[in-house]
Amino acid sequence: MYILDRQQRHNVNYTWMILSVLVVASMPFLLFIGLYLKSFYLLEHYSLFDLLFSKEWRPSAGKFGFYPFILGSIWVTLLAMLISGPICLLSAIYVTQYTKRRFLRIMHPAIDILAGIPSVVYGLWGILVIVPFISRYLGPFLGIRTMGYSILAGAFVLSIMIIPFILNILIEIFRAIPMELKESALSLGATEWQTVKYVLVKKARPGIIAAFGFGLARAFGETMAVLMVVGNMIKIPKNIFEPGYTLPALIANNYGEMLSIPRYDSALMFAALILLAVSLFFNLVMHFFIVRFNKY
Amino acid sequence: MKLYQKIEERFFKVMMILATYFILFILAIIIYSIFEKGIRSLSWEMVSQIPKEGYYYGKGGGILNAILGSLALAFGSTVLAFFIGLPVALYINVFLVRMKKLVRAIRFILDLIWGIPSIVYGAFGFTMMILVGLQTSLLAGILTVTLFILPIMIRSMDEILQTVPSGLTEASYSLGSNKSETAFKIFTRQSVSGIITAVLLSFGRAIGDAASVLFTAGYTDNLPNGWLEPVATLPLSIFFQLASPVPEVQNRAYASAVILTLIILVVSLFSRGLGKRYHKTKINF
Repeated sequence: MYILDRQQRHNVNYTWMILSVLVVASMPFLLFIGLYLKSFYLLEHYSLFDLLFSKEWRPSAGKFGFYPFILGSIWVTLLAMLISGPICLLSAIYVTQYTKRRFLRIMHPAIDILAGIPSVVYGLWGILVIVPFISRYLGPFLGIRTMGYSILAGAFVLSIMIIPFILNILIEIFRAIPMELKESALSLGATEWQTVKYVLVKKARPGIIAAFGFGLARAFGETMAVLMVVGNMIKIPKNIFEPGYTLPALIANNYGEMLSIPRYDSALMFAALILLAVSLFFNLVMHFFIVRFNKY
Repeated sequence: MKLYQKIEERFFKVMMILATYFILFILAIIIYSIFEKGIRSLSWEMVSQIPKEGYYYGKGGGILNAILGSLALAFGSTVLAFFIGLPVALYINVFLVRMKKLVRAIRFILDLIWGIPSIVYGAFGFTMMILVGLQTSLLAGILTVTLFILPIMIRSMDEILQTVPSGLTEASYSLGSNKSETAFKIFTRQSVSGIITAVLLSFGRAIGDAASVLFTAGYTDNLPNGWLEPVATLPLSIFFQLASPVPEVQNRAYASAVILTLIILVVSLFSRGLGKRYHKTKINF
């Protein structure tokens, strides 16, 4: 048997590495090009403005208005951020500034488990707990008739799902702030909360914005959990207790029938393209906030 | 200190404590409500049989097809992602250490693709399948999920490989080994625990994701048999059982969720345990 000598083995390994790097580095471009070519068929026949802002969605009649889905996605995402943003920020400050390191050792596994729970299980939990809670308690309490499957339910489940994600980044950010900064503020006579408010949060601001941005991007693309509780009704929601429909849910729900109606598959790929563009855009912008945070 | 400042101080302290315990409380509630509901319907039949005729209307059977399908899918894609991911992570940390800008660019691209939602991978995988004429199958599922877990795998390996001290690299070079030997023999050995953690983390992601396999792996009531046959997966099996109007089938969905959650909890515990165990081979400076 012929055995490779060291130089040859090096060459084999090297080629293998280069190929892998090329595969990975070309992935975002491949994804974008692939989806763009697929949705090109739709973009050829409709103007982008019409697609994004027309309200009518009837694939069989050739009407593709993404507005209800985009609006639904934005509602759910923003609401989820409103719920989980403050919770994560407060908790990150508490864990990094007020408690001993030991507490972080309890918190880390908890965050890991939350991050590891699959989205279907979150959705299941939403159906089990959140949906009945909204329809039986929260709705009647506020005097609103709702069946529970609503924008609010989707937002709530989503907010729990992105907590571990945002919290992890925030904890990293707050731990990266030099100790001297805190010490000098305290030695000037500032109280603990004043130090947090005027020094730490100010210093961490670009990082906090980035953490929220990453969370937002993640929330925008979340599929299964939201799909299971959001109600999936194609209309423009009037309030958060009404059912809605999100872009990822649109793709997931209709993949079965999309090949039977002309341009339908193209429309769904266009939805995927929107998701990809939003995700890339947000991650790109937030990356610069992180760079700014690291600079100072 | 003025009174309102004192109140502000107290108020935010209380809010912070509440926020933190809210997170722990929610985690407890999730685990509790899933297990409380699911454990009752959990039986030996569930995990040892495939769905019988009329399973989705309340007849007998189990979800062995989904359990095995998920394991096969996650295992296949983790192995594939490992063979693409490890070289990338090593390449960044051994060959490109001096080129800081390029490394930063590659890490940036990795972070970008980490952020892409899994449904987009699913849609992309589907278009590729149509392009090459592949049916929904185990192979298509594995390929799509591999794309999805690659950034996770590489970035977590990368984090560990970054901590390999430069003294070790220099020692390796000074003994006459070349770069790829240093990469595969020194760096991997020094970071075994981190690599295992990265692999198990990716495995957990692969087994739990539904959106990317929805289009690509399909669904079947049979056991997985062959690369080009559709496979059932646990998340989708939960999803489909839950869609049934029969309460008995819905209860089985809860039981399936317990199985999936247990698998993921075990994998995550395992990764912690193994990580500790292999610390022995690590050289401490």
